[in-house]
Amino acid sequence: MEFQFPIIQIMNEQGCIVRSEYREQITKELVMTMYRHLIRTRMFDRKCVSLQRQGRIGTYVPYEGQEACQVGSALALRNGDWMFPTYRDHGAMMTFGRSLTQTLLYWKGRTEGCVPSEGKKIVPPSVPIATQLPHAAGAAYVEKRKGTKNAVIVYFGDGATSEGDFHEGLNFASVFNLPVVFFNQNNQYAISVPITRQMKSKTIAQKALAYDIPGIRIDGNDIFAVYFETQQALERARNGGGPTLIEAVTWRYGAHTTSDDPSKYRDQEESKRRRETTDPIKRIERFMQQEGWWDEQWMNQVQKEVSVEIEQAVAEMERYPKANPADMFDYVFAQPTWTIAEQKNAYFQWKRGIEG
Amino acid sequence: MTTAVNTKTLTLVQAVNDALRTMLKEREDVILLGEDIGKNGGVFRATEGLQEEFGEDRVIDTPLSEAGFTGAAIGMAINGLRPVVEIQFLGFIYPAYEQIMTHAARMRARTMGHFTVPMVIRAPYGAGVRAPEIHSDSTEALFTHMPGIKVVCPSTPYDAKGLLIAAIEDPDPVLFLEPMRIYRAFREDVPEGKYTVEIGKGKKLREGDDVTVIAWGAMVPVAMKAAESAEKKGIHVDVIDLRTLYPLDKDIIADSVQKTGRTVIVQEAHATGGLANDILAVINDTSFLYQKAPVERVTGFDVPVPFFAYEDDYLPTPERVLHAIEKVMNF
Ligand SMILES: Cc1ncc(C[n+]2csc(CCOP(=O)(O)OP(=O)(O)O)c2C)c(N)n1
Repeated sequence: MEFQFPIIQIMNEQGCIVRSEYREQITKELVMTMYRHLIRTRMFDRKCVSLQRQGRIGTYVPYEGQEACQVGSALALRNGDWMFPTYRDHGAMMTFGRSLTQTLLYWKGRTEGCVPSEGKKIVPPSVPIATQLPHAAGAAYVEKRKGTKNAVIVYFGDGATSEGDFHEGLNFASVFNLPVVFFNQNNQYAISVPITRQMKSKTIAQKALAYDIPGIRIDGNDIFAVYFETQQALERARNGGGPTLIEAVTWRYGAHTTSDDPSKYRDQEESKRRRETTDPIKRIERFMQQEGWWDEQWMNQVQKEVSVEIEQAVAEMERYPKANPADMFDYVFAQPTWTIAEQKNAYFQWKRGIEG
Repeated sequence: MTTAVNTKTLTLVQAVNDALRTMLKEREDVILLGEDIGKNGGVFRATEGLQEEFGEDRVIDTPLSEAGFTGAAIGMAINGLRPVVEIQFLGFIYPAYEQIMTHAARMRARTMGHFTVPMVIRAPYGAGVRAPEIHSDSTEALFTHMPGIKVVCPSTPYDAKGLLIAAIEDPDPVLFLEPMRIYRAFREDVPEGKYTVEIGKGKKLREGDDVTVIAWGAMVPVAMKAAESAEKKGIHVDVIDLRTLYPLDKDIIADSVQKTGRTVIVQEAHATGGLANDILAVINDTSFLYQKAPVERVTGFDVPVPFFAYEDDYLPTPERVLHAIEKVMNF
């Protein structure tokens, strides 16, 4: 099966283009856009880890190492498309237009962090594993029914493929030939469980066979492969070609979450080695150097701009007024039921009593 | 209950670990299944060291599939094992809900006792640890409603070990809820080796004649704090830790509320359809004529357990419980 589903690369580890048919499309402008987003997501991720350590946000879920998967796929989307992310895909969300401040609010335990940014069909991250896949199929059903050219992308990890919802989502989407791209980030671990204990199949892409849809295996650290393959799958979806399962093979350097110790179950040397060899950002840098597109000054400028943007977002998050407990009650139903109305009332009365 | 001489000072989560180790040693048919319970020792370390000690065949890291491993555990139980399944957080039990509700809980009834499901489902539950969303559910009432499954919820290390061992030995499926907020809150002397705490029996934590306060799990320390504050105001509180949520210990409830005539029930879960309402029904059935005031319930609200920035407002606090105590006193 591994031979039937080889890992597709457009750019190899050394930053050389290995599929010349893409050469034309890889413009300097595109590469600079990609690079800016990659840097932005990485700097943001590191900032969040440090904010968590300082107790300024809660438990955080880092993705460092997976930036090409998230940025490359999100850049392939168009404005009317839908995104169904997991808790780890804030890089994809931010690339697609979710504000940094909201992302920070989410990790600060604020509901505001789930509200989609203006005009963006970004659904709140799914915290239970794999439950968002059937939703993506449902949203895609409506786009198809309405006859739009909008597509849906849904993200999930390798562990998610063991849940029933994964199979149910793929099955539903394939039966109705829906415009949805199932984007798997195979970082090879579900918390402590390596992929070999998750599934007997050697690839995730091959699971597409059972649903008779295209299954594509790509190098998830090659942003060109991610971008162009996702774009093609989205095009197919828009044009009535139905769903695609993409397996992007990647690696996360750090912990599963900030409350987790990866050294218990994962070889940290491997992470170190991968930082040097297959890192998605290093790779595009190598490419830019070879092309003569590498510009130290521009690069410093990008870093400066991004760090200002991040600092502003952090400041905005920290300036936010204290969480209002009324928000807890006010959005459960369109019209509060008497139970909620009474409970809210009683609670605020009591609170005023003790506070006043 | 057997008496054991030696004790160890353990936290609640260590007591769970100790119970599992004790039973893995004691019984060949005990087997653990779950996500990250092996090499990682569970995300809360409840199974730490057990795979090392008992092997991958007894402590199994399963694929990420609650329905899959809970369903498989049902099959194992039918076929002679005593599986103990770990759900990483109660909020992630719902994929397995079908298996628990329609199969584990009904197997005995459907087969007139021919097939039985002696399994335990362990799940950390509850809010108050600043966890990300959906990690803080307290939906025990979804399970107490279903005939055929027992629901247990300890609040101390001693009880956690004794009840978990009892749950493993129980011939029926048991949902074992672990209050993660007090997993490491305090230590207690726990006997080494095997002992049990009877399922279905509550425990009196303090004696008082004025008001009965009933709580379970992570709400027990909240109730105790409120009772201490009440004591300073001259109100003497009887505090009951239910320990088992299904079946309820109706005797301990009736004895106390008949003595005091005033009751406050403290429940972390949402108000509507919660267990507090069943306790009220027990009071109504057994002790109606003894009541001097309407029973007060201090509960979470009818809202999804909120993001952690709102958690302190959602959760019952000692202050809210004290307020309710004063209310039933002043009725
Ligand atoms: C239904 C469910 N079960 C368990 C969990 C706890 N949990 C959170 S993330 C995770 C591992 C997920 O691994 P994978 O799908 O590979 O995604 P990754 O986190 O590696 O991106 C687990 C078990 C959960 N969130 N939902």
